[in-house]
Amino acid sequence: MASSYFSKSKALIMQNLKSRKFLTLGFVNRTSSVTTSQFPPHLIKTISFPPLPARNYESSSRINSSIAFARCFASVSGGRGAHTATSVSDDVDQFCTESPSQEVDFPGGKVKFTPKLTFTSKTIEERVPCYRVLNENGDLIIDSDSVEISKELAVKMYTDMVTLQVMDTIFYEAQRQGRISFYLTAIGEEAINIASAAALNINDFVFPQYREAGVLLWRGFTLQEFANQLFGNKYDYGKGRQMPIHYGSKKLNYITVASTVATQVPHAVGAAYSMKMEKKDSCTVTYFGDGGSSTGDFHAALNFAAVMEAPVIFFCRNNGWAISTPVRDQFRSDGIVVKGNAYGVPSIRVDGNDVLAVYSAVHQARKMAIQEQTPVLIEALTYRAGHHSTSDDSTKYRSLDEIEWWRGDQNPVKRFRKFIENKGWWSEEAESEHRSNIRKQLSQAIQAAERVEKPSIGDLFSDVYDASPKNLREQESFLRKNIEKHARDYPTDVPL
Amino acid sequence: MLGIIKQKVGARGLTAPVFGDYMQKLSPVASAMRDFSSATKKMTVRDALNSALDEEMAADSNVFVMGEEVGEYQGAYKITKGLLDKYGPDRVVDTPITEAGFTGIGVGAAYHGLKPVIEFMTFNFSMQAIDHIINSAAKSNYMSGGKINVPIVFRGPNGAAAGVGAQHSQCYGAWYGAIPGLKVLVPYSSEDARGLLKAAIRDPDPVVFLENEILYGDSFPVSQEVLDPNFCLPIGKAKIERQGKDVTITAYSKMVGFALKAAEILEKDGINAEVINLRSIRPLDRDTINDSVRKTNRLVTVEEGFRQHGVGAEICASVVEDSFNYLDAPVERIAGADVPTPYTANLERLAFPQIEDIVRATKRACYRSG
Repeated sequence: MASSYFSKSKALIMQNLKSRKFLTLGFVNRTSSVTTSQFPPHLIKTISFPPLPARNYESSSRINSSIAFARCFASVSGGRGAHTATSVSDDVDQFCTESPSQEVDFPGGKVKFTPKLTFTSKTIEERVPCYRVLNENGDLIIDSDSVEISKELAVKMYTDMVTLQVMDTIFYEAQRQGRISFYLTAIGEEAINIASAAALNINDFVFPQYREAGVLLWRGFTLQEFANQLFGNKYDYGKGRQMPIHYGSKKLNYITVASTVATQVPHAVGAAYSMKMEKKDSCTVTYFGDGGSSTGDFHAALNFAAVMEAPVIFFCRNNGWAISTPVRDQFRSDGIVVKGNAYGVPSIRVDGNDVLAVYSAVHQARKMAIQEQTPVLIEALTYRAGHHSTSDDSTKYRSLDEIEWWRGDQNPVKRFRKFIENKGWWSEEAESEHRSNIRKQLSQAIQAAERVEKPSIGDLFSDVYDASPKNLREQESFLRKNIEKHARDYPTDVPL
Repeated sequence: MLGIIKQKVGARGLTAPVFGDYMQKLSPVASAMRDFSSATKKMTVRDALNSALDEEMAADSNVFVMGEEVGEYQGAYKITKGLLDKYGPDRVVDTPITEAGFTGIGVGAAYHGLKPVIEFMTFNFSMQAIDHIINSAAKSNYMSGGKINVPIVFRGPNGAAAGVGAQHSQCYGAWYGAIPGLKVLVPYSSEDARGLLKAAIRDPDPVVFLENEILYGDSFPVSQEVLDPNFCLPIGKAKIERQGKDVTITAYSKMVGFALKAAEILEKDGINAEVINLRSIRPLDRDTINDSVRKTNRLVTVEEGFRQHGVGAEICASVVEDSFNYLDAPVERIAGADVPTPYTANLERLAFPQIEDIVRATKRACYRSG
């Protein structure tokens, strides 16, 4: 769309160009949107000034302002502030009677001019500060704002963090023993998982990446249900069609994990738009890592969400590593929080290993998203204390010392344990009882899941479409006839 | 470009005297329309699509349109004309330029229960979004164990227009036609456009709806039945546009018109051709095609897309598998030249099948090339 706009007459321009004050500014005012420091007088005569587009600006008022999209080409200054055609001319009239203006209405809004030729800096002078409530010793930092939590909530959060930690350790071992084909842990990110889930409502749709099993755990997914998915048995809700850790639960509003990185980010925006249309008292939440923030999908999603005013929480788990790529090789910006800012999305950086900070930030973000109908970005700084997955050995590209340091006092589970023990809400006995309890449940769940039979071959052909198409029905009947004919060659543990 | 369209319309012979003859050769239902030809309404494909969208949006408030220039600009090809004024900016959404972005957002909206109709300015641009179409839309129902269905429609012009160069001229029928979980529709006439688009919007599965820019301006007769707001065509059924007994010609989209014209020319040489309008690439109506070949014993496939791994290749394989003993001649495949589409008009013409090519190939299939 044409983005330049013009004053009423050439005479005004000539007058302005000749004024000394204008020349010191070094920019061409109002003749075009291209700014040049010098404008040879002989060229000015050859510039033609097409009239303003004959557009009925009144049509903008039909658009419901509470959920309208910014139509930057519909109004001269663009953005949400309506700026009509007539007022541009008014400014021009003022222009010729007063001193040269210090700012102009470009499409997109007013900008102030500067005569200084300076570029923004490449290096970050001061990083965006990180919101933190609990220190390493589990003490509340003085003057910290945080949401008050009850003993029940604190203990539930802590026990779920421990469950997640134990579950991850044992399932990881199961993979190492060859009982499941693949696993990936959230070690080091327990606070992010549990505290963010705790601050949400069950009606908030979750669009996960893959390191957020704790959110599902919080919502009520059982250890047995996790095990069933990992073993791909007939009780798996995914009917054995996906690799391990690709959990999903329609009942718990947790969209099935997909392997494609960051595709869930625009999905979350679309679903948030749908919620907005239905005026629901809920939002969507999407998780992704530092690596995921490099994808095209991330940028499109943030940009769109801001324009659409969609109620979505973007939760970035900046854990320092995308498999073997450290953040320094991933981006040169000050993390992800500034990117949210760049797209016009309210953003915050939090200590991802601090349960209370994560809880408070998500609690507040949710309120903002729903009440103000805006996207919100949370960048949680943390550390991926485990390997990327069972297919990775991270000691190959990072030092053991680094890993051990993060498993020490910074460890979210240890820090929160100190907090609740200081409050008298937890004890050593409770700890060992809970841990041994979970270990027992897990071992039973694994054994049970291993014994359950696999999905039947009917599940190979169903759900490709809503209604089964003819070619698949033919293929299935052909397969079954074949099995009957060659029963000896068919595996005994795959039910028909 | 307008000149070419006019020429093509003239070539198809939709002027009154030829029209009657043309209608005579169609199936009984269509020839009944001949009796009412003076009262039968004519509708352009553009209006057919616009009216279908309008009616579906009126009937179901979950249906919404999203794409570049669909709102204020009234649609890059005016297919969505008037919809913004009628339904407002929540349901006719103008997007920033990121196909990957708005396709992903559309899929997410569909996950939550809306019914998006995503417009690509041309399917050539859908390549930027193909990961979402295939991995996020097509495969979701299966991968989620039937828990996440995606009632989304991706539509837009497909294939060559006129003089738009290589990056705007590719046909994607074969690419999307290969994917389990997708349905791929290819309307030709206004009746096809209305019936298939309505069916696509009402369908719970993701549908890729491949239109054609040149056909947008073409007019076709539409009966009262077609104009009914609940008119839907079944997905996966081909239409026999012209009955014949000597040779079967399959085609889709713009090529249906070319095949019909070629059939008229062949008639003068005593070759009675049956023309099948595929209407649906996935699911492909194998039964109709095979029944036809068993009747005529000869097959010619026509498409604008590239030859290798094309739609014609699939049809040929299907017929060889199911009706081998009925073939009296090798299958003739006519497709676009194996080159990125050139721009200049003379070269472009040579890069795509023309009516003469269809006539020649059909004669070869009938051993009449002499």
